[in-house]
Amino acid sequence: MDIHEYQAKEILAGFGVPVPRGGLAYSPEQAAFRARELGGNAWVVKAQVHAGGRGAAGGVKLCKSEREVYDFAKGLLGRQLVTRQTDQNGKGVYRLWVEEATDIAKELYLGFVLDRKSERIMLVASSSGGMEIEEIAEEDPDSLVRMVVDPAHGLVEYQARELAFRLGLKGDQIGQMVKAVRACYRAYRDLDATMVEINPLVITGAGDLVALDAKMSFDTNALYRRPQVAALRDPSQEDAREAMAHDNGLAYVGLDGDIGCIINGAGLAMATMDMIKLSGGEPANFLDIGGGASPERVMTAFRTVLSDANVSVILVNIFAGINRCDWVAKGVVEAYRAEGLTLPVVVRLAGTNVDEGRRIIDDSGLPLITAETLAEAAEKAVAARPKKAA
Amino acid sequence: MAILIDEKTRVVVQGMSGRIGKFHAQEMIEYGTNVVAGVTPGKGGETVLGRPVFNTVREAVEATGAEAALLFVPPPFAADAMMEAADAGIRTAVSVTDGIPAQDMMRVKRFLRRYPREKKMQLIGPNCAGVISPGKGFMGIMPPHIYMPGRVGIVGRSGTLGYEAASQMKALGIGVSTSVGIGGDPINGSSFKDILELFEADPETDAVMLIGEIGGPQEAEAAAYVEAHMKKPVVAYIAGLSAPKGRKMGHAGAIISAFGESAQEKVEILTGVGITVAPNPSAMGQTMADVLARRVAA
Repeated sequence: MDIHEYQAKEILAGFGVPVPRGGLAYSPEQAAFRARELGGNAWVVKAQVHAGGRGAAGGVKLCKSEREVYDFAKGLLGRQLVTRQTDQNGKGVYRLWVEEATDIAKELYLGFVLDRKSERIMLVASSSGGMEIEEIAEEDPDSLVRMVVDPAHGLVEYQARELAFRLGLKGDQIGQMVKAVRACYRAYRDLDATMVEINPLVITGAGDLVALDAKMSFDTNALYRRPQVAALRDPSQEDAREAMAHDNGLAYVGLDGDIGCIINGAGLAMATMDMIKLSGGEPANFLDIGGGASPERVMTAFRTVLSDANVSVILVNIFAGINRCDWVAKGVVEAYRAEGLTLPVVVRLAGTNVDEGRRIIDDSGLPLITAETLAEAAEKAVAARPKKAA
Repeated sequence: MAILIDEKTRVVVQGMSGRIGKFHAQEMIEYGTNVVAGVTPGKGGETVLGRPVFNTVREAVEATGAEAALLFVPPPFAADAMMEAADAGIRTAVSVTDGIPAQDMMRVKRFLRRYPREKKMQLIGPNCAGVISPGKGFMGIMPPHIYMPGRVGIVGRSGTLGYEAASQMKALGIGVSTSVGIGGDPINGSSFKDILELFEADPETDAVMLIGEIGGPQEAEAAAYVEAHMKKPVVAYIAGLSAPKGRKMGHAGAIISAFGESAQEKVEILTGVGITVAPNPSAMGQTMADVLARRVAA
């Protein structure tokens, strides 16, 4: 789960990371007022969306007057911001962060991720901040410092000190860096984060360290024990269909094709999508209906898939283990009738209670297309697509 | 003996008193699995499915000699149950639980390192379908009737895709020595490599079907192991050719976030070390049949 920059900054500041002073605004008036409140004569106004690349997309501006803050905020709020990390629809801008301008002498990179190789939290840092980590890895790989943290001991002070020296920091900056790095690690560990990124972490003209930007993502499996993190969820930044599916206990990812997929198991779902692609079609979505799928859950899955206007065929592929084919078949028949479907539906059932399931499909009298194998199901789904008018 | 479980393996079910634990324990017993006890804290002294229930894994091991454990424990308590099993002397533990926080698994993996190799518990999962040695016994939630006994090992992240492979092979008359689900989480107890090592050493396994997916470094690690140490043929399939970068595809670990983690890249890595990769998920069984036929001919 992602959160906004200003939320990440508030969290990290609470653990002892220095951040610039700033305030949140939902309107141009509020943005101008924040600038006045902060004082000074230059402010940075930043669109709060769950995507990187905001600066290049026109979502961040250095403003020299309250009027400028007001005008920029007015133009930005309510807009969809399209960045290189969003799709073509972009993300809605409903919140702005107004911050005192920072005098930047040097930009560093500091990140914490879950390293799947060592199966531990890994710290990644570089003296070449300001660009994305992928670009740093490409353009200045020698500047990257990686350290793995032993969960039994946590990030030990000498590791942070060593890092500070390797990044070329001097004097008071060493102590500041040790404090900031250990604060980030504690935030990561204590809040079940999956990613903490400060990019850039700047050295100001006065020689102090400040987190100019901040990003945090969290382990959704741990939200049950982090209610303060769960409360930061912002549905305006989520795909409405994915959010609806998620709230109904379905794993759903929208894609660009026209063959809607309802499948049990993440691996089989991916494999079915692959098979559709290899058969010359394009999947409209990933959908894992999960174990123990009741007829009601099948109905919900149908509704979710059908909410995508691009869908012209639905492919149901169930290999039942804890699932039961007869339940799924019942759900398919009920959904077909209840939704008054006219588009082609291909059904492939295998595993537990398969004979009963197939009988229910056959006896329904509905024009459902059945298939025995995965390949057959994909081919029939591709063939069933309505021919596009020339 | 196939690997990890056979008809003699004494199995304790952690969480057997619960509805789901009881249902699957029943299936396991009906299949012939040697389930000897259950563990549910606070329910010690009761009997479920004719088996004694203990408060702790240690008591169950002392009373019944249990060597393996199947864990039906909800996410908040799953990591603790794994560590309890490890410390009670369980040799093989299977966790089917989906939704365990990643940092809990980080702690479990660190905890398991306290034990010397010969005493270290082999953890399978979490978020997996389990382990089955067809005709002998199983620990997990799979439909056992789709597996035919035989001499090909299966190791995969996904449960249902493993079923798909087993049933395709069965249709071609190819049976399974043991099928192992290593689970879809970013941090899991056993890696592909860990299971390949067991299959390579198992006299009852002739070849291995490896079913990977997008995300993580384990397929590449398996490829390096196959190239350096494995004599038995390996057939592979990698799911997620059509998965977009940076999106989580159902499994917590199925996300392309680094170089080498896409399906295309993994296929290249595996093919590069001589592993035969099935061209599509409907051809897993046929690809294995071809490889076995070539092996007999050679």
